[in-house]
Amino acid sequence: MAPNWFKYASPASFYPLAGRLVPWFGAAAALLTVLGLYLGFFVAPTDYKQGEAYRIIFIHVPAAWMSMFIYLVMAFYAGLGLVFNTRLSAFMARSLAPTGALFTFIALWTGALWGKPMWGAWWVWDARLTSELILLFLYLGYMSLQAAIEDPRRAARASGLLALIGAVNVPIIYFSVQWWNTLHQGASISMSQGSTMAATMLTAMLVMTLAFWMYTIAVVLTRVRCEILERERHSEWVAEIAAREAR
Amino acid sequence: MKPRHKRLAFILVGLAGIAVAAGLVLNSFRGNLVFFFSPSQVAANEAPVGKTFRLGGMVETGSVRRDADGLTVRFTVTDTAKEIPVVFTGILPDLFSEGQGAVAQGRLGDDGVFYADEVLAKHDETYMPPEVADALEQAKSARGGQELPGSTSLIE
Amino acid sequence: MSLAEFFDMGGYAFYVWGSYLVTAVLMLIEVVGVIRRRRTLLDRLGRIHGAAQGAGRSGR
Repeated sequence: MAPNWFKYASPASFYPLAGRLVPWFGAAAALLTVLGLYLGFFVAPTDYKQGEAYRIIFIHVPAAWMSMFIYLVMAFYAGLGLVFNTRLSAFMARSLAPTGALFTFIALWTGALWGKPMWGAWWVWDARLTSELILLFLYLGYMSLQAAIEDPRRAARASGLLALIGAVNVPIIYFSVQWWNTLHQGASISMSQGSTMAATMLTAMLVMTLAFWMYTIAVVLTRVRCEILERERHSEWVAEIAAREAR
Repeated sequence: MKPRHKRLAFILVGLAGIAVAAGLVLNSFRGNLVFFFSPSQVAANEAPVGKTFRLGGMVETGSVRRDADGLTVRFTVTDTAKEIPVVFTGILPDLFSEGQGAVAQGRLGDDGVFYADEVLAKHDETYMPPEVADALEQAKSARGGQELPGSTSLIE
Repeated sequence: MSLAEFFDMGGYAFYVWGSYLVTAVLMLIEVVGVIRRRRTLLDRLGRIHGAAQGAGRSGR
């Protein structure tokens, strides 16, 4: 196991591996999205209180989960890059940020469109919503810091530190509904109490989460490959690939 | 110490420092970051006096009355221990109903009535089809008045 | 359930479809953006290295 892992930690061997994986994750994302939407719109029943409006949950919750999960993975790679100075982890962290920001925005957007008809407000400054907005700013700050610093190594160090510091926000988002009283309701799924959703609704939501997950992997791996090509453009192996793939 | 270990140590110390700082900030926020006050908190004078604040709780069943103008609504917000009458003129959100959570923003009058200029509905984390909700409702009345799962989540 | 009923979403059409549409469009933009970034990058690298190796590009 270990030797393999380290072998693929080098950009030159990770590049073709990622290239082989992307189509599979892309296809899985497409299939799971179709399945998830079918379950969400045709199998899952109407909610007893919120009627059809609750169907926003099938993208809202998966997007919110991904926004937090991607941040943690990004912070993990940023930390790895800071400690071991590995190039690939810095590429990974950098490539995760735009997709994480996208899902954060989607979570906020769908939340607003759900909050208006149900709560009576597009936005409220409660702990859950505010901390999720801070997450969006963390992503944007991370990306602009990367863009602002010319030297890629220094950019990775500075933004990596920001990513690590910002990671404290993720548990705050997750537990905000327990720690403070918020307008946002509590979690429907918890380790201790299981789920408070009807089974078909839950299945649809989990399938959509899996679809978003596959989507993220496919997009991020493609972006990592671009990063690798850009940073290693002077190396021999990139020259070979460029000559072969550009056709 | 190898440079790599040194960096690791720096980062760990840095992270520990940040965690402590965040913990302290959170702890001081604990009291201030509340979105709403419960009727019990208001009764215990924890809510700001003479200022706008939010009152949250359950809309007491059977308490909702509409004035003749059709826009002014009176209801009682309860957390099962204390209750506060609320007056509101305006459009209520779709989810507003008796036995549901609601958060009203406004100020407490000297007469003990809460004058709201905005009412938001708070829903819980339970999602189920109407048939299941009906079945649960029937089981509840058969059992003699225990709440629907989740509908008490507003009051901890 | 009729088609019109389905699209009406119990009166919440604006909110439900507004959520799904914006999500779909944004994800599509991201996918297209990533693919285009890769294409232009390969084109550029191909020009540099292709020329260096003397293997002229025969179009794409």
